[in-house]
Amino acid sequence: MDAERIYTIELHGLALGYPDRLLFEGADIGFGWGEFTALVGRNGTGKSTLLRTVAGLVRPLRGQILVNDRDLAELTAREVAELISFVSTDEVRVANLRVRDVVALGRAPYTNWIGRLNDDDRARVMRALELVGMSAFAAKGIDTLSDGERQRVMIARALAQDTPIILLDEPTAFLDLPNRYEICLLLRRLAHEEGKSIIFSTHDLSISLELCDTLAMIEGGRFCYGTAGQLIASGDIQQLFAGTSLEFDAVTRGARLREGVK
Amino acid sequence: MKRTPICFVFLAVLLAGLFAGDILLGSVGLSAGDIWRALAGRAAEGAEGELARSLVRSFRLPKAVVAVAAGAALSASGLQMQTLFRNPLAGPYVLGVSSGASLGVSLFLLGLPLLGASGATEAVRDLGTVGSAWVGAAAILIVVMAVSARIKDIMAVLILGMMFGSAATAFVDILQFLSPEGAVKSFVVWTMGSLGGVSADQLRILVPAVVAGLVLSVWLIKPLNLLLLGESYARTMGLRVKLVRGVIMLSTILLAGSVTAFCGPIGFIGIAVPHIARMLLGDADHRVLMPASMLLGAVVMLGCDIISQMPGSDMVLPINTISALLGIPVVVIVVVRNRKFF
Repeated sequence: MDAERIYTIELHGLALGYPDRLLFEGADIGFGWGEFTALVGRNGTGKSTLLRTVAGLVRPLRGQILVNDRDLAELTAREVAELISFVSTDEVRVANLRVRDVVALGRAPYTNWIGRLNDDDRARVMRALELVGMSAFAAKGIDTLSDGERQRVMIARALAQDTPIILLDEPTAFLDLPNRYEICLLLRRLAHEEGKSIIFSTHDLSISLELCDTLAMIEGGRFCYGTAGQLIASGDIQQLFAGTSLEFDAVTRGARLREGVK
Repeated sequence: MKRTPICFVFLAVLLAGLFAGDILLGSVGLSAGDIWRALAGRAAEGAEGELARSLVRSFRLPKAVVAVAAGAALSASGLQMQTLFRNPLAGPYVLGVSSGASLGVSLFLLGLPLLGASGATEAVRDLGTVGSAWVGAAAILIVVMAVSARIKDIMAVLILGMMFGSAATAFVDILQFLSPEGAVKSFVVWTMGSLGGVSADQLRILVPAVVAGLVLSVWLIKPLNLLLLGESYARTMGLRVKLVRGVIMLSTILLAGSVTAFCGPIGFIGIAVPHIARMLLGDADHRVLMPASMLLGAVVMLGCDIISQMPGSDMVLPINTISALLGIPVVVIVVVRNRKFF
């Protein structure tokens, strides 16, 4: 990674967890502008908590988060909403709720007290639907869509919010393999062509290694960050499989059964 | 595309028609002319005109106004509860808010005489009744909201609401058991629910409280739309969820608490009307659902009142019975279809 990267999100001595359980501490990294980053790690390592903390939903135990050089703790909810949009794991299946209305909710930080859309808002909603390839679904009910289609709509909602940073909590969970690739390719395209900084948590290690610019990894309370090549060379990726029946194969960049496992 | 305006015109016409019908129909047969003259203050001379005037002005008109206020209030509150708790079966009655208000009122109506303080004036009694209903409703709401913040299982929240409601009812029963017969009788009449028992003085408390609650409901339209996606989404779109929860609570206390204080616990309006509005309009946007629920609630309540009069007979059925008979099928449909509203 070159020295001239512009950081959008910087973590300084960040410690996350609950009063009775520390997830990790001493996280000091910066996420680059316009980068497509995967956040990987075993279950319960704090991926989700990290995303929710950066999104302003959870307070860190210690440390500081800077977003575009401003301290997250000092920003109002409204100011955060103009910098960071978040795609959560909450399933949105409200009957009668139309796709374009869901995407239009992304304009909430900018609309008036009753949420009236002006021409600019409407144009942004249509463009967001176009970017995720869901224009044809604008008038459909969100509850009639497949999981993959619904995930695209939620990404369109984040795009309509018009933030430089998009965080996604396991956007590919529950999707089949082609859909996982499609969503990741879409996110990569949005990062590179729309200049969004996108960070998403995932368990799809091989897709992440293949498609992401950088990976952030939480393992054993430690925080690693780098390109796929760097993390493989440093042996950090291999740590993900420590103590399991699997090991990492640097040639295929995937997991395989450890020798001798029946 | 034209469905929404057509529905609103239809509801407005229905509201006007039923409002007129509610004043026209009753156990004493009055002609439309008599009623018009009574309303216009040009009542016919003699005892008959005087009867018509007092019947219309101090009974039927206030009762119709109460029906509109109660229907709109309970429905708006039900819609708020359903979206806030993301639960199609939520409502002020189901979540125990009405029971909490009842407990408050019973502590006031039965508890004070037990303590020997029965010499209160009417105005003090009215204010005490509504105040104790607000406190009771608030107490239950705070507990249910606190529990729902910790337990994410919506069914558990619903069951807890019912349990709190039953506990409140049990306390009310104990109070009744301990109370002298006279106090109990007036209390039992109150629990059956009645729109006609609201005096002009009480109306002066009920209507402003309900209007304030409805104004808050309109302010809540955008926050409720954001909450449709869930709290995480709402917060990351800049919604101050704590503030909104507070406003929803205040609004529901004003709406469900005040109505319960003066009309008794009325079930099934709050839970059923928002669903009828959803089915009618095919929309989930609160900019449409909120006014539609208010209108439809007023329409349904007026309808319930007309039916409960049993026009042409001397019998009057408790309003609670009619609202249950009308509301239960809607709830059953919602449960059986098992459509995911949230």
